[in-house]
Amino acid sequence: MKNKAQVVVIGGGVVGCSIAYHLAANGCKDVVVLEKEFLASGSTGRCGAGVRQQWGTEMNCRLSTGSARDFENMNEELQYEGDIEFHQGGYLLVAYTDHQVEQFKKNVALQNSLGIHSRFLTPLQAKEIVPHLNIEPLLAATFYEKDGHANPFHVTQAYADAARRLGVEINTYTTVTGIKTENGRIIGVVTDKGEISTPIVVNAAGGFADVIAQMAGVELPTYSERHQILVTEPVEAFQGPMVMSFHHNTYCQQSPHGSFIMGMGEIEPHGHEIMSTWQFLKEMSDKITNMLPPLRYLRVVRQWAGLYHLTPDRQPILGSTEQLQGFEMALGFSGHGFMIAPMTGRLMAAHILGLDHKDKDIMTTLNMDRFAKGNLFIEPSVV
Amino acid sequence: MSNHEYDNTIICRCEDISRAELHKWIDQGLTTVDELKRLTRATMGPCQGRTCRQLILQEIASRTGVPISEAKIPTYRQPLRGITLGAIADMKLDEEGKPHEE
Repeated sequence: MKNKAQVVVIGGGVVGCSIAYHLAANGCKDVVVLEKEFLASGSTGRCGAGVRQQWGTEMNCRLSTGSARDFENMNEELQYEGDIEFHQGGYLLVAYTDHQVEQFKKNVALQNSLGIHSRFLTPLQAKEIVPHLNIEPLLAATFYEKDGHANPFHVTQAYADAARRLGVEINTYTTVTGIKTENGRIIGVVTDKGEISTPIVVNAAGGFADVIAQMAGVELPTYSERHQILVTEPVEAFQGPMVMSFHHNTYCQQSPHGSFIMGMGEIEPHGHEIMSTWQFLKEMSDKITNMLPPLRYLRVVRQWAGLYHLTPDRQPILGSTEQLQGFEMALGFSGHGFMIAPMTGRLMAAHILGLDHKDKDIMTTLNMDRFAKGNLFIEPSVV
Repeated sequence: MSNHEYDNTIICRCEDISRAELHKWIDQGLTTVDELKRLTRATMGPCQGRTCRQLILQEIASRTGVPISEAKIPTYRQPLRGITLGAIADMKLDEEGKPHEE
């Protein structure tokens, strides 16, 4: 392991690897990535693998639509040996209350103004897209055919392989135990395998971003929370889009492999606990067999859990802080870090290297100081 | 066992992963079942590794020289066997959350 680097990225998930790659691609190759387990072993590899552009805030829309364009060309751009399995089967978002219908109308108007050509649908139109959808209590839906799925393990691997080819050093099974500061600035990182002196540390530690911030003495307005998922046996393709309900707090998508992946938001204590529960298995089965009845014949083969790291407005915290010079943040993705990791990497790299970027206003808007200033734009569409 | 005679042997039969493919990734530094699983889908099928987990551990051990006794074993998770969403949904639970016999 190097003992000196221009930038140290903490976290070998998709965000950390994307940032490392974009730093190197922009000429900053003296970069070290530190990962306490293996690549994508945390939130990235535990996520629902959806790629959505139908968001309710301008920032999330722009981050996700820019990222979707990256996913479209990723195998080629990163010269990946494998396949990131990007598949655009669309997202169908379903509304069951008048309040949700009003919110969806606002969201579609915002999305359309930003080049995301989502459509507002009647229940019957929704049923044309997903014929096995139970539309009994449904009031309306929205659909965007360019939303979809990508494989989180392969996307992370693609960024990591490309970063390594450019000279980035990636150290797995290396745990950060401390962050060294002097006179209000970063001077190094301590790990269980030695120290690295560096002027810049990027906190991309996902569900453990709060632990890393604490080591640096930086206070975050964030917390971690368990979210659970299950997967079924693979069957022939019969559901094109992800079906998502903010009313039931659920999402369900058939992966290109054929298995159905589904998850649910629950009321959870804050913390880093990720044990699976049978209560989730029961409630998820109850809800999904009602929403998508034919799924009752599919066998569940596995369930697991991962961490969301949530901010007060459900949008990430990006960039620097006045609390500590050289401490850069890409955290608080609130459950949708995977799908916006490509743009996050581009913007963070440009910001750290002082380069221009046409979307650099996003970095200003999503700086952590927005919470102190009260400039919140709360994302309404999160499961 | 370093001979190539068994390269085409299927190790993970749910996902059709051969010994040669596992070796390719092990040689690239993925030396735990958890890592191999995520990139190759080995152990991700209906049997969830009940058949192949031990075989993969053996392949890792023979390829890296690190004994199985020191290998990192993936987490065992429910359900124990595949069970339909319908069977779970139809299950009635009492107030304590225990299955309720009609």
